Amino acid sequence: MSFTHKHILGIEQLAKEDIQLILDTAEAFKEINSRDIKKVPTLRGKTIINAFFEASTRTRLSFEIAGKRLSADTVNISGSTSSVVKGETLEDTAKNIEAMAPDIIVIRHGHSGAPHYLAERVACSVVNAGDGAHEHPSQALLDLLTMRDHKGSIEGLEVAIVGDITHSRVARSDIYALSKMGARVRVCGPGTMLPIGIERLGNVEVFTDMREAIKDADVVMMLRIQMERQSNIMIPSLREYARFYGLNPTNLQLAKADAIVMHPGPMNRGVEISSAVADGTQNVILDQVENGVAVRMALLYLVSGVESMQTK
Amino acid sequence: MARILIKGGRVISPAQKLDDTCDILIEKGIIAAIGKGLEAKGAEVIDASGKVVTPGLVDIHVHLRDPGLEYKEDIVSGTLSAVTGGFTSIACMPNTKPVNDNQTVTSYILKKAAEVGYCRVFPIASITKGLDGESLTEMGELKDLGVCAVSDDGKPVSNPQLMRRAMEYARPFGLTIISHAEDLDLVGSGVMNEGPVSTELGLKGIPWVAEDAATSREVMLAEFTGAHLHVAHVSTKGSIEIVRQAKKRGVNVTCEAAPHHFTLTDEAVRGYNTNAKMNPPLRSAEDMAAVRLGIADGTVDAIATDHAPHHIDEKNVEFNIAMNGIVGLETALPLTLKLVEEGVIDLPKAIDLLTSGPARALNLPVGQLQEGGVADVTVLDPNLVWTVEAQRLKSKSKNTPFDGWEMKGAAVCTIVAGKIVYRRG
Repeated sequence: MSFTHKHILGIEQLAKEDIQLILDTAEAFKEINSRDIKKVPTLRGKTIINAFFEASTRTRLSFEIAGKRLSADTVNISGSTSSVVKGETLEDTAKNIEAMAPDIIVIRHGHSGAPHYLAERVACSVVNAGDGAHEHPSQALLDLLTMRDHKGSIEGLEVAIVGDITHSRVARSDIYALSKMGARVRVCGPGTMLPIGIERLGNVEVFTDMREAIKDADVVMMLRIQMERQSNIMIPSLREYARFYGLNPTNLQLAKADAIVMHPGPMNRGVEISSAVADGTQNVILDQVENGVAVRMALLYLVSGVESMQTK
Repeated sequence: MARILIKGGRVISPAQKLDDTCDILIEKGIIAAIGKGLEAKGAEVIDASGKVVTPGLVDIHVHLRDPGLEYKEDIVSGTLSAVTGGFTSIACMPNTKPVNDNQTVTSYILKKAAEVGYCRVFPIASITKGLDGESLTEMGELKDLGVCAVSDDGKPVSNPQLMRRAMEYARPFGLTIISHAEDLDLVGSGVMNEGPVSTELGLKGIPWVAEDAATSREVMLAEFTGAHLHVAHVSTKGSIEIVRQAKKRGVNVTCEAAPHHFTLTDEAVRGYNTNAKMNPPLRSAEDMAAVRLGIADGTVDAIATDHAPHHIDEKNVEFNIAMNGIVGLETALPLTLKLVEEGVIDLPKAIDLLTSGPARALNLPVGQLQEGGVADVTVLDPNLVWTVEAQRLKSKSKNTPFDGWEMKGAAVCTIVAGKIVYRRG
């Protein structure tokens, strides 16, 4: 089948078949990352701009490496060094980037909807690398690839996502992706961190008791407590949060014996996840990071419209 | 001044309980006669057969942006937009630059409106100086100068003690307190209605309780002080119910609803449409239904647009940082008539909500047709079908969520003080 999306704005717009194709394509790219010479000519002559208007280390690095391994020319701009700090509007920034004729813009932005805004105003492809509390599609796809690697199939999986659901774009994208692939999602967090109507986004059940949420789960995904995103009236203390919503060796036993533990990073050790679990045998956190490069290679390749993967 | 004879229209003036096919003769800016088969030699005749003739429409919630924000709107463009929409009287909010918190700004608005405006303008002064929420304006003198009410619209008075004192002080001067009822602490950094749509879009929500809590407080304070409270742009089911109950127990309270709140829901925000961003925000379908019910059962006294012009540069940005508000003067009439079409209210009720209702709410000497009274008249064609083209609006700003909408009903002739100020051509 062929991929018809020019942009990757969110998982919401993707069909099950699209997700399947992205994961299969990523699977094929994975092997390149273990070669001695980690480079193929697939996107030679293409220009990719990684426009990160919000701080990011992992995602930006991952997109940059993905582009370079496909032989694209990658250029990075960040919010703190761009004209944004000089008061330029996103539209003007977009038009200026556009004038330099890139093929793909990868955008991370603090405002929900910014990639959609950009996509309406530029001729090239736009890939959403995280917008506000809206979506983070490449993260969801690498999560799915990791689950598929370890569980064989996504369908039928019980996936618990625990943490600040309100502010989490990862949770939203994962809910869409997992629901489309036939998994069931349990979201869990303090009452202040569960947004109205989250259950309407997919195959979702809402919990406030973490023990119930992770009971017999196949996958336990812990979200980072984003201390920089909220005032201190959302939770009384990190100490109390860790007690009720932190994953530790004791409560992890409630999940299935072969459950895997995931985290989109960066982790707050001792808060949402104890070091014993983060470094324990069930964790697949670095597999997620590794898969991130392959998934992003797949996304860049698929939106580029280039006909052959040229993996040789 | 020319004589005008409006012939053969369905004349509706709810204040007079008038709904009959008859003629209106206008002489020297005054309604000289209302009756059947009127003749007047040399008068300009307006054939109103098949049309509806009403008191000039009244909008008690308009942001004219003049002085200081003329790049969005000014008194000329704003009043032109008003008469195009059929309005002959508008009350303008004080959040200009400088704020209308003093005699100089009030005088400026009145003078400019009289000299170059297309319709009557009734200035609303602020409750507090500079909208700072801390000290009262000189309301007594402002009232003498011609302000029709006081309001800190857009920047609600958060201190309940100050609101109490404002009500107590305003009451003996016969000044209405107009409240933009929102608890700003509960609004937080919200940018749209809090609900499933905000969750899906990943946008921060403004919960209904932010409005209900504030409306409740204002009603209690009005009950305590005996002042007249007018609640602006009621948008939630709870607020409607609070006002309904308050009226039942005799509290001196009135309220208004905006066309966008009885026409659209927060679903309109999808796609991060900044022309669906306003304050209070577009609410749920349940809230919209409650506002409609409030309109039907008399809880809502007036339809008011909250006409809030913003420059394209202030809307053509990410949703989070876009300005709140939409223009409304040129779309209010057909959207109100849509309520008639949909059976929510009948035509005389719709006219009441656009004329005598708002005039009563702010005690304005307009909004009715009577012999010897001022000749502010609107002739409207309830069946005229037209399409909204934002770029062709008379307002300087084009921020409407109704661009491209097919509308039914429009003003075809607007008369202010016996002078034709607008004719649909």
